[in-house]
Amino acid sequence: MLENKKAKLRNFHQAHWDEPVIFELSAKGARGILVPEAEEEIKAEVGDGISRIPAHLRRKEPPALPELFQAQVLRHYLHLSQATLGADLNIEIGQGTCTIKYSPKINESFATSSKVTELHPFQAEGTVQGALEILYKTDMFLREISGLSRFVFQPGGGSHGLFAIASMIRAYHESRGESGKRDEIITTIFSHPSNAAAAAVKGFKVITLYPDKDGYPDVDALREAVSDRTAGLMITNPEDHGLFNSKIAEFTRIVHEAGGLCSYDQANANGILGMTRALEGGFDFCFFNLHKTFSSPHGCGGPAVGAVGVRKEFEQFLPVPLVDFDGEKYFLNYDVKNSIGKVRMFYGVLPVVARAYAWIMSLGEEGLKEVARIAVLNNNYLMRNISKIRGATIPYDAPGKHRLEQVRYSWEKLTKDTGVTTEDVQRRMCDFGMHYWTSHHPWIIPEPFTLEPTESYSKEELDEYVAALKQVSEEAYTDPEKVKNAPYNSCIHKIDPSLLDDPKKWAITWRSYLKKHGKDIDA
Amino acid sequence: MHKVGLIVNPIAGMGGKVGLKGTDGSEIVALARKLGATAEAPFRALQALKELEILKDSIEIITCPGAMGESVAKKCGFKVGIIGPAKEETSAEDTRQAASEMMKLQIELLLFAGGDGTARDIYSSIKDSGPVIGIPAGVKMHSSIFALNPKRAGELALLYLTGKVKELREAEVMDIDEELFRKGVVSARLYGYLKIPFERRYVQNVKAATPPSEKYEQEAIAAEVVENMEQDCIYIVGPGTTTRQIMQLLGLDYSLLGVDVVSNGKLLAKDVSEKQLLEIIDDKRSKLIVTPIGGQGYILGRGNQQLSPRIIKKIGKDNIIVVSTKDKLHSLKGAPLLVDSGDGEVDEMLAGYIKVITGYKEYAIYLVSF
Repeated sequence: MLENKKAKLRNFHQAHWDEPVIFELSAKGARGILVPEAEEEIKAEVGDGISRIPAHLRRKEPPALPELFQAQVLRHYLHLSQATLGADLNIEIGQGTCTIKYSPKINESFATSSKVTELHPFQAEGTVQGALEILYKTDMFLREISGLSRFVFQPGGGSHGLFAIASMIRAYHESRGESGKRDEIITTIFSHPSNAAAAAVKGFKVITLYPDKDGYPDVDALREAVSDRTAGLMITNPEDHGLFNSKIAEFTRIVHEAGGLCSYDQANANGILGMTRALEGGFDFCFFNLHKTFSSPHGCGGPAVGAVGVRKEFEQFLPVPLVDFDGEKYFLNYDVKNSIGKVRMFYGVLPVVARAYAWIMSLGEEGLKEVARIAVLNNNYLMRNISKIRGATIPYDAPGKHRLEQVRYSWEKLTKDTGVTTEDVQRRMCDFGMHYWTSHHPWIIPEPFTLEPTESYSKEELDEYVAALKQVSEEAYTDPEKVKNAPYNSCIHKIDPSLLDDPKKWAITWRSYLKKHGKDIDA
Repeated sequence: MHKVGLIVNPIAGMGGKVGLKGTDGSEIVALARKLGATAEAPFRALQALKELEILKDSIEIITCPGAMGESVAKKCGFKVGIIGPAKEETSAEDTRQAASEMMKLQIELLLFAGGDGTARDIYSSIKDSGPVIGIPAGVKMHSSIFALNPKRAGELALLYLTGKVKELREAEVMDIDEELFRKGVVSARLYGYLKIPFERRYVQNVKAATPPSEKYEQEAIAAEVVENMEQDCIYIVGPGTTTRQIMQLLGLDYSLLGVDVVSNGKLLAKDVSEKQLLEIIDDKRSKLIVTPIGGQGYILGRGNQQLSPRIIKKIGKDNIIVVSTKDKLHSLKGAPLLVDSGDGEVDEMLAGYIKVITGYKEYAIYLVSF
């Protein structure tokens, strides 16, 4: 039965399988495929195969992998997939800053074609001309979109791209004999935290600017921050709350005058595609996430591509190899004078670049601009509707003030009125089959949630999402316990956050889990 | 069986509604009553206790007779243990006595309904033993020991008693001089720190839930400060838990509430007065390290009045090092850091942007105002 027919709220119920970790399903000796023994003829030619591997490279013991039948593996992962709210399953606008848009399935056929999957990165250049052409032409497209002069696809994600940029900023100051002196990177609190993190990993000191009363980066604070110690500015625009800093050219000018370089985090370029460019903003570096704006799926944290671009004079610092074209054939160019070296093996995750290439080709210049227009329109439509929900507020809002592609909202009022927090709302939204994300830390905006509707969703779909939020707000005011104890129809219930927050408990591998949770590895 | 202490200051908050700015002192209470004030605190305590009803059968409330706790505890149907004699008019001394008796009875948690004065009384008798949660019921509530509202105080108590919240944090006990306050002069003092269970949503001046703990951030700040300490420079270290970490990292004795002086890694003087400070710094190169005190973001003029305008002028703005955890900055919700040195000229000199150390090799550029 529909709870609210007019707004089409669904009565959703998720599958629950009580699924163990795959290691716990292991049964000794179970196999998915039994590989047949080689025929005598082959054995006579190459031996048993194993003995050709030098003794010191052979494993002494087999790896401690789970042992299962093929059907069990399939069933296991289907069960797990039913316990998620993936991008193809729900109205995926709840994960702001991640630009989860619809990725056309036809592009998947290119990425999974054997022409891509069967390639080996060590193949001779002459045999991979098509792959190199895709890399080369995607570089050309991004040059046009950003105004910068050269891109590489080596970094395996956005933070990795920022790391490559921070490395180049360091290399630049080193090349001028100033790296000891210039050790400060300036960022803003609403820039993605990876900017600060990448700078810190490269050993820079990080200076964070706080916004002015209207939510924009404070240009006077920037003037105070720059000095002859400034190595660079690493900044997002629009920032994570969706406001576009129209003084950006002044920011980059101030930093350049102080002798620093400027890096533009364009992880969320969806609202500005074809509208503004890094070059005209005065930037020396930028990066795009091909797995966000350019419609390659995120793939659960990878593989991805943070495409890094530079202005002409910084090409000398790019990671090698570059992909070049001599008029007849494509080739790998390792001749980069002051290269920072490699930030990852090979040339980037080719399937991701292939999808981005296909997406750009299918849209063309006008299509890309249309993406930006619809993404911004969708976002402002969504924002005005959320502003009508009781308990939800829009920090830094003012009459007629628009946002670009996303907004960071606040449930602060709802929490004060009812005790229901953004994390409670998150769990209750699962009951409507909706993914909802709070925001990354620090929570400058109290009880935050960040929505980014992209160009992919229709007005009706946005309405349904708003209806679910409105329903949760009404419940919070009438029956807060109901929201606090949610979810009821989702398979995942309240989770102890210390498993994520506490270094003594978190585990990203099975081995580490067993170690930290007091169990021995069963060899 | 959980033993929970409960102290209700029945006269807390009475002054507020009749415009009296506090109820410390028996004459003021009489005046408040005359002006028609009614007791607010018992009602607020009741709201908090209601949240604990789910544990009713496993809680014993240790409390004082009558209006100081017994009546509300019984109203909620809790098992009640009474300490101290029944009285018509209660005073601050009763609060102090009760708190120390409860600690002797080894209560798990002390709940109190009152304001800054009550918090101060409790602090003076129990110091940092045992967790405390303040149910906000006073006129003045500058201390960080109070939950956002009575219901949240009860919820936080429940989370603590059921083991869902385990982290304890030090919360400032601040109070102002009421005599001066009624004359319109605000002069706040830092009296000490009580331990409160920490769950960001339940405590006043909501702190952002950054994954690293507050202690970790303070250690990172201390490392940054100590690493950059210059030879032969005199460092004046103001009060606060963030600045305390600097002294601990240096391995020096310190006064949590006072001002200490350090040079070349050695303690020159502890808990100095303004006069002593002037003598020590004389004309020597000196730097002052301060941290925001209290929820409003004061870096000078609240809890560190030893740092007088004369001293600040001598040191100069460029030699003031402000340290703050990011949590503390974020809890200001965009409001500036504040100074109230007592000298308009000095306040003006300090106004503007200042670099704040927020971690190891981490800074913020933040606005200072007055």
